[in-house]
Amino acid sequence: MSVYVNKDTKVIVQGITGSTALFHTKQMLEYGTKIVGGTSPGKGGQEVEGVPVFNTVEEAVKETGANASVIYVPAPFAADAILEAVDAELDLVICITEHIPVLDMVKVKRAMEGSKTRLVGPNCPGVITPDESKIGIMPGYIHKKGHIGVVSRSGTLTYEAVHQLSTEGYGQSTAVGIGGDPVNGTDFIDVLKAFNEDPETEAVVMIGEIGGTAEEEAAEWVKANMTKPVVGFIGGATAPPGKRMGHAGAIISGGKGTADEKKRIMKESGIAVAETPADIGETMIKVLEEKGLAEKCKTVQ
Amino acid sequence: MNIHEYQAKEIFREYNVAVPNSKVAFSVDEAVEAAKELTTDVKVVKAQIHAGGRGKAGGVKIAKNLDEVKQYADEILGKTLVTHQTGPEGKEVKRLLIEEGCDIKNEYYLGVVLDRATSSVVMMGSEEGGTEIEEVAAETPEKIFKEVVDPVVGLSPYQARRLAFNMNIPKEYVGKAVKFMMSLYKVFVEKDCSIAEINPLVTTGDGEVIALDAKLNFDDNALFRQKDIQELRDLDEEDEKEIEASKYDLSYVALDGNIGCMVNGAGLAMSTMDIIKHYGGEPANFLDVGGGATTEKVTEAFKIILSDQNVKGIFVNIFGGIMKCDVIAEGVVEATKQVGLEMPLVVRLEGTNVDQGKKILDESGLNITSAESMADGANKIVSLVK
Repeated sequence: MSVYVNKDTKVIVQGITGSTALFHTKQMLEYGTKIVGGTSPGKGGQEVEGVPVFNTVEEAVKETGANASVIYVPAPFAADAILEAVDAELDLVICITEHIPVLDMVKVKRAMEGSKTRLVGPNCPGVITPDESKIGIMPGYIHKKGHIGVVSRSGTLTYEAVHQLSTEGYGQSTAVGIGGDPVNGTDFIDVLKAFNEDPETEAVVMIGEIGGTAEEEAAEWVKANMTKPVVGFIGGATAPPGKRMGHAGAIISGGKGTADEKKRIMKESGIAVAETPADIGETMIKVLEEKGLAEKCKTVQ
Repeated sequence: MNIHEYQAKEIFREYNVAVPNSKVAFSVDEAVEAAKELTTDVKVVKAQIHAGGRGKAGGVKIAKNLDEVKQYADEILGKTLVTHQTGPEGKEVKRLLIEEGCDIKNEYYLGVVLDRATSSVVMMGSEEGGTEIEEVAAETPEKIFKEVVDPVVGLSPYQARRLAFNMNIPKEYVGKAVKFMMSLYKVFVEKDCSIAEINPLVTTGDGEVIALDAKLNFDDNALFRQKDIQELRDLDEEDEKEIEASKYDLSYVALDGNIGCMVNGAGLAMSTMDIIKHYGGEPANFLDVGGGATTEKVTEAFKIILSDQNVKGIFVNIFGGIMKCDVIAEGVVEATKQVGLEMPLVVRLEGTNVDQGKKILDESGLNITSAESMADGANKIVSLVK
């Protein structure tokens, strides 16, 4: 078992003929991900990396039986690409694209109400279940199969955490990047819930950053519902207020969204908070040892 | 992106959001000329900078006649205003807004923002106008009222009415307040705003509901479709290095320390600052080279870091995903070839194409300290600059 994606997930790549998409399609194929098709309007009938290209998502789904898509379409057209995937009733849509106008995402969220599709992202690294399926842009080799779930607002910080875990011998069940935008699809609580229900997952790393209150809400949820240990980290403790730190969502405004406040509430909710990003792995190992889970979770020798 | 009050008010006029008559002035003479064209006896001389708190800092003056307009314009133009939003160095005033005075009955707060919790646009109002809304939120949260807007339907008149009544706007003004709110919402969505704030919104003796102040911020990600807004950018209000970075789509924020950072990914870039501080150093900047950076962009990023006189050492921390380590390495080598490097450089590479990246750096002959991990790198650079 795993969360959201596994070896049977059949993926189409939206915007497959772009250079970034091509590079990562190749990487995903090499990893073993079932990429069954791609879309690029006007380029239907071509083949790239041995993958058939279609003009529309609808056609791609009909011809290939895909149940997921990954989006590399440029920002001005990305919201439309999400809606096209939702219209085709895919189970999972992972949007890698960054810099999507936030009001586009407000409309997308509204349009997705009541649909069966789960959106991950935008502005995210994607989702990986090690040794089964890698959908996104994360470097595959750092991930090892195992029992730690990882959920994060930041792509590169996810790699950092995963790398530390793998190096210490602790593999991952699934790693989910939810993205750094203020309006996104899947949130911390969705993923925490999924990990809580996933029999393969024994513990969870949750990586947040300054801005908004998603981490605080997730911490409250953990306190009330989570049966598995959670380790947390918040990036941006030294960020000055009022400055947008790269991610559209990472900004301290009106005294809200500071790292200190988030860490405080996480600690109060029973989450073990790593003080520096370099301590995420160690903090997890300590927690696993305390809970008697270390042996079970040590999957890489 | 931010714009000036006078620019926001020009946009408001296009959308029939009521504002007082006013004109921008870049010199004392222009200020007097502008004042002559206004019809009221009392005029307001307002400093135009991208920061709030101008009134308290002496940047807003009431002039009773043209002589006073001249006197205040002379006083404020060229003055460096220090407010709670400018930082201790303050901001020099280069533009003035000369505005008709009005007979204020009551002051209110009205704001439109993106609410992350509901993924919606929210209009909020309060009868506590004139004060910082954060203060109102902290002290009397029950006096702030919110209307969550459905993006398909837009702001409905009933919502605007409900908000106006909740704000205790007298009933004879409610019709005009509703019209104001509907138009303001239109500005927000059509211009891709991230914040639209009117503080204060006022009712006047002659029965009007008008914006005395106007603050508009725009979603940087939507500027590609807002060409007219892009033209309103005032480079005088921005950090030079940040301007240079934005030309290359680099996300850069200047800070006060002496360790320059080049990182990929916003989360890792923030955490790199955090860990430098943890080891007793001070970061000189936040810099996310982004996912799609080319060698050219990386080269420029490196040059921007080196152009900061405070920088005494550089830490490159890369965990390649969409970003490839060889591209970073080539950029670092190219930049140092162009501008030289006379300070410690610590590089930590991991992720996509890491071996190619390390090879490029090894063969470059540059004096680079390599780091095995983020903590190792932060530790090394901190001790090297001490």
